[in-house]
Amino acid sequence: MSPTTTATAAPAATPDLEEASPPPAARPATRRAHDGALPRPGIGYLLPALAVFGVFALLPLIGVAALSFTSWNGLGNPAFNGLDNWQQLFANPATWSSLKVTLILTALGWLLQTPLALLLGVWAAGTQRLRAVFSALYFLPLLLSGAAVALVWKALLDPTFGLSGQLGSWFGSDGDFLSSPSGALACVLAVGAWQFVPFHMLMYQAAARNVPAQLYEAATLDGAGRVRQFFAITLPQLRNTVVTSSTLMVVGSMTTFETILILTNGGPGTATQILPFRMYQQAFMSFEMGPAAALATVLVLFGTGLSLLIVRFSGFTKMNSTLEGI
Amino acid sequence: MTTATKMSDPTRPQGSPPAPDRRTGRRGFLAGIASLAAAGAASPLLTGCSTEASAATVTPEVWALTDPVQNAIQTKYLEPGTPRRRLAVFPNTNYTQKLRIAMGTSKGPDVFFNWGGASVGPYDDAGMVVDLAEHLPRGWAEKAFLPASLGSARTGDGKLLGLPLKGMQPVVLFYNKDMFDDLGLAAPDTWDSFLRAVDRVKKENVTPIALAGAESWTQLMWFEFLAERLGRGKQIDALFRGTRGSWRDGPVEESLKYVRDLVERGAFGRTFGSVSYGSGTATALFATGRAAMHLMGTWEYTNLNANHKKFAARSLAWSSFPQMPSGAGGAGALVGNPTNYFSVSSRSNLAADHIKMLKDRLNSRGYVDTLIAAGEVPAAAGIEDRLEAKSPDPRFSRWVYDTVAGAERFTLSWDQALQPVLKEAMLAQLQEVFLGTTSPSSFVDTMEALL
Repeated sequence: MSPTTTATAAPAATPDLEEASPPPAARPATRRAHDGALPRPGIGYLLPALAVFGVFALLPLIGVAALSFTSWNGLGNPAFNGLDNWQQLFANPATWSSLKVTLILTALGWLLQTPLALLLGVWAAGTQRLRAVFSALYFLPLLLSGAAVALVWKALLDPTFGLSGQLGSWFGSDGDFLSSPSGALACVLAVGAWQFVPFHMLMYQAAARNVPAQLYEAATLDGAGRVRQFFAITLPQLRNTVVTSSTLMVVGSMTTFETILILTNGGPGTATQILPFRMYQQAFMSFEMGPAAALATVLVLFGTGLSLLIVRFSGFTKMNSTLEGI
Repeated sequence: MTTATKMSDPTRPQGSPPAPDRRTGRRGFLAGIASLAAAGAASPLLTGCSTEASAATVTPEVWALTDPVQNAIQTKYLEPGTPRRRLAVFPNTNYTQKLRIAMGTSKGPDVFFNWGGASVGPYDDAGMVVDLAEHLPRGWAEKAFLPASLGSARTGDGKLLGLPLKGMQPVVLFYNKDMFDDLGLAAPDTWDSFLRAVDRVKKENVTPIALAGAESWTQLMWFEFLAERLGRGKQIDALFRGTRGSWRDGPVEESLKYVRDLVERGAFGRTFGSVSYGSGTATALFATGRAAMHLMGTWEYTNLNANHKKFAARSLAWSSFPQMPSGAGGAGALVGNPTNYFSVSSRSNLAADHIKMLKDRLNSRGYVDTLIAAGEVPAAAGIEDRLEAKSPDPRFSRWVYDTVAGAERFTLSWDQALQPVLKEAMLAQLQEVFLGTTSPSSFVDTMEALL
């Protein structure tokens, strides 16, 4: 692995960025360390991780794929039923409406969280007064468990005894958001953003800190304003982080679970029933393990496919370090 | 009972190490899922095998729901004896899932709590639960317990799958007597007086009925009681059996139209969709006079007495669900939890001992009296005098007992009686009918399509 790709894989963590621009001559030194006394790690080093991954990820995955061709309620032996579950899965309009909810939630989630996280992160990377205090406050939601967050929000959104009823009455609303399909979706989005923006903010903060200061100095001398600097320097410098953060966001939104379970329970009706929640309901509420396994298999393929697509179309593999040539 | 010996895995040495502690909570649950998945991948030989940890070396387990009062009684009456049993308790949330997974991986309990109906049906289909009718003296159960309380432990072919372990919990219409008196309203025990009350109370800017619409099982109470009043028992039983056409031909659509009518009248207020029961909101609405009525199981009486003492002592009154003028049948029908049951796993190799224990103890004077003293209304027959003497609330307890004793039918809540697939679809659809995003007729279409 060349140092260039190391920087690409972990743009935020490249250690030598503090000094802004390492002289090119320093690079071969890194390589020499690899070729030196210590041999490259052999396959043996890989075994523990591979074993854990095999037993706890691959094996259950194969099991689930096998289950998707059976009819099983959790008791006795699964009975092979061919492609029944798969046909049902694609023929059932509920699957498609659930997919629609999932995609809407993923897309809106990304649209909501990315700008917020980006702006907050860049702001937090600066040197303003009280910056550390505010950053710490913004960071708090990330320290709370997802279930606790959902429970608290559920209480706040109670129109009768919660805050939303109180605040709502000031604006001529009854504060009842959870009982309409679009309101419930908005609540899930908002709570998700409140909870996860801090994490992405942290990523952007770390990356923004690594943008060499002389770029801004040069831009200021050339007369570029703050907005111009943001779009011409900060954003291009953060593009690797944008891709990483987006991948995590998309995969994360697709597997949002406890927020929905606690806040809306998939409701009202099926308005917030995203695919993972539907899978849970089929498997552990309806005890239809076969159809649930088919859905699980689709989710695995879909999630993997989507992250591969993001990586491919964002040119992640062809990317160079944002510090190339500096 | 030799079933367990018969089914035990011959490839494993006898006296292999006992099963690990089953109360491992989330980790155990996850392990269960993992082993489920693994079981699916492995050969059928493996998935069909039974208790590797032979039950002879393990203390038999009785599984029940977490409930400090009940658990103390259960520990006292069910654990002692030979064999000594161990009570394992689980919170209500996900108990059904834990039980299913444990039974599916052959590490299930010997005696287990259930609600009857579809909560025990699949275990009967899989041959995993003992038919008590085969082991108890003929007619014993019917004499020992109120017949209406045994209904949901019975199968269509006459098996008896469990014995009542605690009180009976019919759904009752609670109302605020003070408010009704102030407004000159009669008890809401007929549909007419009920509707009058709804309209009158609304004029006072009070929500007529507290409804925790965030949880659809509370909406189900209205729907199932209306169906019971408007239809015939046979039509309801057909729903539970999954008979084709049963949702279309029965009282379902008409009941849902009544539901729509109530919603449009403003009977449940406007924000019921965000009101939840678990957080105590619906109860608080009712007890603070912001709602006039509340349809809920009898446990709400205990709940109100514990959390809203003043209100319970001064203003609380109750009635059966209003009688309908044109109802096809069902005037004496009740809905709710007839009671909860203990069933015996047919794979326990001490099943005969467990059956005898349940027979001797669940109907014993000591057990029943302890339940009464804890505020329960047990399903045991002929306990009127003891209720009067020992119940903390003799008036309410006697009313519940007499109502059940005189009931023609006591239908198990539909969310426990229906097969899980139907149940989930019904609850989601019902929520939409209440919100007006689905019509009664498309509710029926959706349900029929699942049969």
